[in-house]
Parts: sequence; structure tokens; C-alpha cells
Amino acid sequence: MKEFSYTRPDSAEAAVAAVAQDPDAVYLAGGTNLVDHLKLGITTPGSLVDVSRLALGDVEPTPDGGLRIGATARNSDLAAHPYVRRHFSLLARALLAGASGQIRNVATTAGNLLQRTRCGYFQDPDARCNKRRPGAGCAAQEGWTRYHAVLGTSEHCLAAHPSDMAVALAALDAVVVVQGREGERRVPLTHFHRLPDDRPDLETVLEHGELVTAVEVPPLPYADRSAYRKVRDRASYAFALVSVAAALDVRDGRVAGVRLALGGVGTVPWRASVAEEALVGGPATEEAYREALLAELAQASPREDNAFKIPMARSTAVSVLRQLTQAPPPAGRRDQP
Amino acid sequence: MTELSQPADRRASIGTAEPRHDGPAKVTGSAPYAFEHPAADPAYGHLVTSAVARGRITALHTDAARALPGVLAVLSHLAAPALADTSDAEFAVLQSDEVAFRGQIVALVVAEDAETAREAARLVGVEYEESTARTVLDPESDALYCPESVNGGHRSDTRDAAVEGLLSAADHLLDATYRTPMQHQAAMEPHTTTALWQENRGHPSLTLYDSTQNPHGVRRTLATVLGLPADAIRCVAHYVGGGFGSKGLPHANVVAAALAARAVPGRTVRLPLTRQQTFTLGGHRTPTVQRVRLGADEGGRIRAISHEAWEHTSRIKEFAEQTAAISRMMYTAEHRTTAHRLLPLDVPVPTWMRAPGEAPGSYALEVAVDELAELVGVDPIELRVRNEPPHDPETGKPWSSRRLVDCLREGAEWFGWDPHHAPRLRREGRWRVGHGVAAATYPGLYIPGTKAEIERLGDGRYAVRTGAVDLGTGAWTVLAQIAADALDCPLDRIALELGDTRLPRASVAGGSTGTACWGSAIVGAARAFRAEHGSDPRTGARTLAGPEEHPEREQYAIHSFGAHFVEVRIDADTGEVRVPRMRSVFSAGRIINPVTARSQFVGAMIMGVSAALHEENAVGHGGALATHDLAGYHVASHADVGDLRARWLEETDPAYTPIGARGIGEIGIVGAAAAVANATYDATGLRIRQLPLTPDHFLP
Repeated sequence: MKEFSYTRPDSAEAAVAAVAQDPDAVYLAGGTNLVDHLKLGITTPGSLVDVSRLALGDVEPTPDGGLRIGATARNSDLAAHPYVRRHFSLLARALLAGASGQIRNVATTAGNLLQRTRCGYFQDPDARCNKRRPGAGCAAQEGWTRYHAVLGTSEHCLAAHPSDMAVALAALDAVVVVQGREGERRVPLTHFHRLPDDRPDLETVLEHGELVTAVEVPPLPYADRSAYRKVRDRASYAFALVSVAAALDVRDGRVAGVRLALGGVGTVPWRASVAEEALVGGPATEEAYREALLAELAQASPREDNAFKIPMARSTAVSVLRQLTQAPPPAGRRDQP
Repeated sequence: MTELSQPADRRASIGTAEPRHDGPAKVTGSAPYAFEHPAADPAYGHLVTSAVARGRITALHTDAARALPGVLAVLSHLAAPALADTSDAEFAVLQSDEVAFRGQIVALVVAEDAETAREAARLVGVEYEESTARTVLDPESDALYCPESVNGGHRSDTRDAAVEGLLSAADHLLDATYRTPMQHQAAMEPHTTTALWQENRGHPSLTLYDSTQNPHGVRRTLATVLGLPADAIRCVAHYVGGGFGSKGLPHANVVAAALAARAVPGRTVRLPLTRQQTFTLGGHRTPTVQRVRLGADEGGRIRAISHEAWEHTSRIKEFAEQTAAISRMMYTAEHRTTAHRLLPLDVPVPTWMRAPGEAPGSYALEVAVDELAELVGVDPIELRVRNEPPHDPETGKPWSSRRLVDCLREGAEWFGWDPHHAPRLRREGRWRVGHGVAAATYPGLYIPGTKAEIERLGDGRYAVRTGAVDLGTGAWTVLAQIAADALDCPLDRIALELGDTRLPRASVAGGSTGTACWGSAIVGAARAFRAEHGSDPRTGARTLAGPEEHPEREQYAIHSFGAHFVEVRIDADTGEVRVPRMRSVFSAGRIINPVTARSQFVGAMIMGVSAALHEENAVGHGGALATHDLAGYHVASHADVGDLRARWLEETDPAYTPIGARGIGEIGIVGAAAAVANATYDATGLRIRQLPLTPDHFLP
């Protein structure tokens, strides 16, 4: 791989300064994604700025009952955190559905949000890819698209966002705390990732040098009635064909509140706001759930290989909502036979 | 010929649960694999592979790579030594500007360290004149042809003019087409060679530490390709991290390693494939399209069988998977037709993968039999019982042993099989539940030519030497057990030496032949040793010999059999398929070591379930593989492997070899995918005639 310099600044400010002034520099945290890309030649930075040991790893309740997650909190630690398990089990389940135990042990919260697509053409430096080389074309357009997105796609890119955690955070109205040279700003997670449009290489709203320092999750009164369900081609260590993050508040047979986000189907973590809007105030029935998902998925533009994701997303989401209507899943419930 | 050590023998080592001799070295990381053989100051190679599926290299820019500090050599077709024999195009590495598949070797870098080699390889610029590539298996293509023979030396086609008439007149006709995808061996250890080229007064010699199932085969091939005498090449493979057929024959990477070593004579070069490169250069199993027709009478007796297979091969090298061959012997029928058609494509070179032929062929045949049972209205076990051939339908020879029915009956009882012939569509909560059965078979192949040497050592032990390889199967253990019984001595008196062409020649670790063929050579050598040196030999007494004559082998049709029973659970909302329970019973001759045997059986069953549920690759129109790493190419994870158990019938097969053991490395995968598929049908009523059985097939 290409030679690079390696530095480990001792503060977030110093890290930001180091990357912001060098267009060839990138942040290194857990490295589970970046190091693969260095080996494959997908990215060839001249400088790695290691932020993994900055004091950004705390996971803390906030006074209002929410959650503040430090950017370098490890996926495993976050999933095992008692407060997260008790009050945001949706997030814990999503984390545990992702990757493998070994990867979760080093992967960080911010790194998970920033992980790049697993599109096989993106990962193959000999294939055309607008993410890797803007304007080069998109091999997936005529390629094998079983794992590609059906929502938020463009003629320039179909790549699915791979994260499970981000889907849960999208449902939870999380906010990403970003530090730049000019100070701090907060970006709602649902506005953090960019749709590919004609610039699939621009994946988030971060400017070069900006550093994610934390993710804040506001309280959700009905977070105990939530679930994360991931459908994949094998039982473990596979990216989602479809995943569903949902929380549901049913009162007197009607939907008083709902959060719904979909993974595996979108070019970004997909907050299903069309479906949410259709559901709120309406009857808490399977029929209504199905109709709401149909409305959400009407925006989809499938290919032959991934058209199944539309009925799969509908059926999985309806299944999750039905289950939440009947009873919240007890903690630690096992989904496998 | 009397049989070797009956299980009742006082000192018999055969049949005992001896723990793997190579286990401690492997789990403590001290077993050297090909990359790890100690070498002073090794250099490292990295391959540059083609970005197009078909075309010509028009320009090659190596200045940037050469300018990188630490780069020792950059080879390409413009600057590589001419090979002595390029008749096998897979081995014609860097010999021309032609590109025949995406991922073919187009350049090679040698550098002081692996990272530099990799970066230099990235900096090599290649320009192509691209031609239209054909990469998709189309069973209607005009370019299909009938190969002269198929893998294993079988005839491509067997024709019987009566078949069509019988099929159209049959009381029950099953006519269905099945598809299996391109699959990969996905061994844990990537194909790797550590190579040293030396010049000694104008006489070159080459030492290879290679990840291979076949050191003598590697030596033979490289001697031809490089134009060296065989004795100038040494190939060593003490430990191999899996091969599953992909290391049974040498591939282009070994030739590349030899060229890399030749570029820096006197210096050891390590050349590992990246995981991605193993998918293109390490081989794969062809996709298949198979049409099976079974014509049966009212009682379910099959009168005619037709099994036709369409598959691909590489345009530069033929490999013809013997997919339909299983239907020549599996069930009785007066008339049968089998055929193979190959389509040469601009794809990587296919090769052996665990149970080539039987694995995809049994999927189609055993699902077809399940379908026929429903048409006839009998339980699928009963249908198989009614179609037991009294002798081998193809050769007319008697079976040395055919205990399929025993396997089916014992398995049915063990599993708790409930006879049925139509889908029962059972539901338990969110799970749809189904049971499936399928039969397995694998031939008792025999590869002649292995020799073994026995020598009495000064410490009272016996050195037992043969060039065979343990690719992770247990050969280090079971060959020692066979040697101990053959020499009639305790196991700890055996000092086994394997995996080196300096040792007596041995056949490939493939075709489930190792235990029988190498074991027979050890038995032959042991008997010759005792005849020559008696029971109290002097130190240094030594005998080299091969297996004794065993004419019985030719008089019988020799096959192993088995039966798989599978429970599947399918999520009613998401379509996800799980296999929580599998029971399989095998008839495979004498089992030398129940510990290593169980691992072979269960390992292959897992691989079969993995093929049923997960494994799939495809070559896209531009030649790019759909998946090229183990995150994308899904082999079963731990969470996919439920309660899978194997049993075997107590038996021995002296017709095959004096050891009485038939091979066990492959039969476990045969029929496993069909059993899973048949269970999904019982659960859902959906007959999915393609693999893998991914969730999208079972959505509500």
C-alpha cells in the first residue's frame, strides 16, 4: 500500500487542525473499514491522523433521559452499556446485528456512521465507480445488484449504506455532533448522509477536516416498545438485505407515535417518514401498516436483482410493527430457533 | 488377500479415536504453512491482474512501480522469461498480450516487503484494447459443445434410443430443470507459495513451499512449464489450510511464484494470493443448468432416466464437471441418457471443488426423485427403495457394498422421519417447518502410483515416508494408524513423514482417495519391509514399495452411500431459512478414526447446507465477479450451523483395498443441498429449483 504518515494528536482540536490543513489526510479510528481500503487501494491517503485514543469514548445518560455517545465508543461497549440496553434496546440490538464480535470490539460509533458501502464494484479498484472516481461511471447499473439500494438511488450510484447502527439512530432522531475549525455544529442524523445524486463521492455533509465527536440521542418515551430486525443471506456476519428499526406507541387501538427506519434498502439510512406520517393517528392494524409501507416503498426504483427488497421490506416491517402492537419484546429475546 | 487388522485385534490402532496429531501444532500456531516457512531475508511478490475480461494489452507502464524504493523486479509479458511449454494456457503466465478473463495475471512485482510489492503492483498501469466478452452460461448458445470426456475420465454422453419413448409413455413423468450457481472453495489459507530459485554451475533448481494438495503434481507441472528436470524441483507442503479441490491441481500463481523467484535467484520470494485473487485464480465450480426427466410406472419404478447438464468452462482451458454422471449408477432403470454440454466463456478457469460432479448433480437428481415421489404418491424413502439397482446399472458389475437402504432406514429412525409424499405446510409460531430427505453417493476411486518407504530408526521407531499431503483432513493421524497396524507395532513407534517431493511419490489429496491409496502403499511397503527384514530389523533397514496387487477391485462397482435428513425452519414474514437439525448416515467402508472421520462428514454436510442456503457467485458482463471476498461470498457462519450429526454403518470393504476403508472427504456434501431443498418444499409447498435458497424465494 502507499506510504503514509501517521500522527496521534492529543486533542480533538489538534486532530481537526491536522486534517483540515492537509487535503491528503484522513482520520483513523477503529480502522475496520479504512485499513481494508488502504490494502485494496480504494483510498490512498498520504496521512493518517489517529483519533482512536482521544477522550471521546464516554457513553452517558443526559439529564433529560437521553443519551450522549462519544465518537470513539466501541460498538461492543455501546451495545453492552446497561443504560443503552435498558432505555435504547433498539440501538443495542442494531449494533449486535452488525459485523462480527471481533470487528465490534474495535469499530467506533463515528466510524460506524462513516463506514463506506460494500458495493462490490466500489470495492474493486478495476471496476468503474463514481464514488471512487467521480465521473468514471457506475458498474452496478448493469451489474449484480442483489445487495444494492432501491431507495435514494440515482443513475450515478446504487450503493446501499451498510450500517445497522445508523438505521437505529435514524429512527431515534439522533443528532451528530461535529467539530470543525470554526467550532462545533449539530447535524440531525437524517441529514448527515447525502443521497448520491450526481456526486456519490460526497457521502456526508462533513467538510474536510470536520470531526464527529459525539452522537446525541434524545429521550423517546416509548423506546421500550421498539425492535430491530435484520434480514440477511446468512444468520450472522452479513449485510442486511433489509432491516427495520421501529418503535411504536399504541393507545386505544390507534398509533399515537411511531418511529420507523429501514436499512439495506437505501443509499442512506432510510427514515421512513412517508410511512410514519401515514400511520400516526390511524388505526394500529396490520392493514394500516401494510398500506403505510406500500406508500413508503412507492418511491423505490428496483432492479431485477433487488426487486425482492420491496416486498421483503414491507413484510418485515409489518411483522415488526405487528409484534410491537401485540407486546414489546422482552429484553434479551432470541430471534433464532 | 487377507484384510488388515480386524477391529478385534489386540493392538489395532485402526478404528480408535486417536486425536489429531497435527492439532497441537495448528492450534498453537507453530505449524508452518506455505507463507511461513523460515527463510533468511525473504522478498515478497504481488500480482497485477487484468481489469478486462477479454482483449489485448496495448500498453504497460511500469516506470512508477520500478521507481518505488524497495522494488526488485517488475515482470510482464514484455519482460518475462519464455516458458518451455505453454500448451496449457492456464500456466502460460506473462507469455502474451492476450487477456482471457478478468483477474488473469498481467504483471508481477517483487519487492523487499509485502507492502511495497502491493503498492508497486497498484502503480503498474495497464492499457487494454477490450473485446466483447461472453461470461454468461446460456443453455441455448450455439457455442455449446460436447466435451470428449468429463472429469474423472467419464464419457460425456451415454445415449439410449429407447429413453424418449419410455418417458413419453410413462405413467408418471417428472421433467424439471434445476440451476446451481458458480461456487468457490473458499479455503481459509489463500493459495500461497514460498519459492527459492538457485543456480548451481548453470543448473537451476527450484524449491517451493506451496499450499497444495499435490506436491508431486506441482513438481510435474512446473517441470514441464519451466523446462526443468523433475529432480531440479522440490515441493514441500507439510500443512495446508484447506483446499476443497482448489489446490488439487497447480494454478497460475505457482508459475508466477517460480518466475518471481527466478527474477531474484538465491533469494526466497513469498507470493500469497490476496483473498480477492483466490476467487479468480484459485478456481471455482461451474454454474450448472440441469434438466432431469424421470419416467416411472404406476408403482414408482423408474423405467427411464434422462439427465442433461449445461455448464461453463474457461475459453483457454477445458474443465468439464461430470454433473450428470451420478444418474448413471444411482437408481435402477432399464434405459438412461446422460449428457454434458460445455460453453467456453471469458471466465476464470473452473476446477475441482469438493465432490465435483456429484455435488451439483445430486442436487438436481435428488430433488427430482423427491418430486417424483409426490407424483407417484409414495414416501420418498419408499420410492428410493423401489428403485434400488441390484448391480451397477452402468457397468453391470456387482456392488462391493450397496447399503443405501440401510442408511435411509437408520437415518429415518434416528431423525424421526414421518413418511409423507406431499408438503405438510406445518407452522410453529412464526416458523414454517419442514423435513427433507436425500441420498448421497461417492465413488471409490483409485489412483495408482503411490509408493511408501519404511525405515527402522535407531530409537526403535519406524520412519514411514510418502509424499502425500494432509490438507486438513487428518492424514497425519490416520496414515500413522494404518502404518502401526501394518507393521504390527504401537502407534508411538511410527514417525510419519509427509508432504515433500523428496519423499516417495504420492497421488493427489483428492477424490476421497488419500486414505485408500496412500494407506495401501503404506500397507504394501510394511509387508515388503517385514518380508525383507523380519520382525526385528536392524537399524537402517529400509524398504520402498507400493501397494500389493488387488485384482478384486476391478470386479466390483465400488461406491459409498449415505442418507441426509434435514429439518428447516423458514421465517414466515422474512423468508429466512434455517437448518436447526440434520442427521446423516453413511456407508463408507471401514472408518479408520472416528474423530477425524466425523470432522470430514460433518464438515462436508456443513458445506452442503452452505451451498443450499448461501453460496453464490456470478461473472458479470464485464467479467467482474459479483462477490470476491468472504464478507460478500457467504459461507455458512457459526450461527447458521445447527445440530448437525453424522453416523456411519459398521462395515468394511475389502474389495476396494486391504484397508477396507472407502473415502470420506466428499460424500457428506453430496445430496445435502437436495435434502435442504426438499425440506423447504415440505414447509412451504414452494418448489424452488435453483440454489441458493435465499430468503427472497420464500417471502409471503
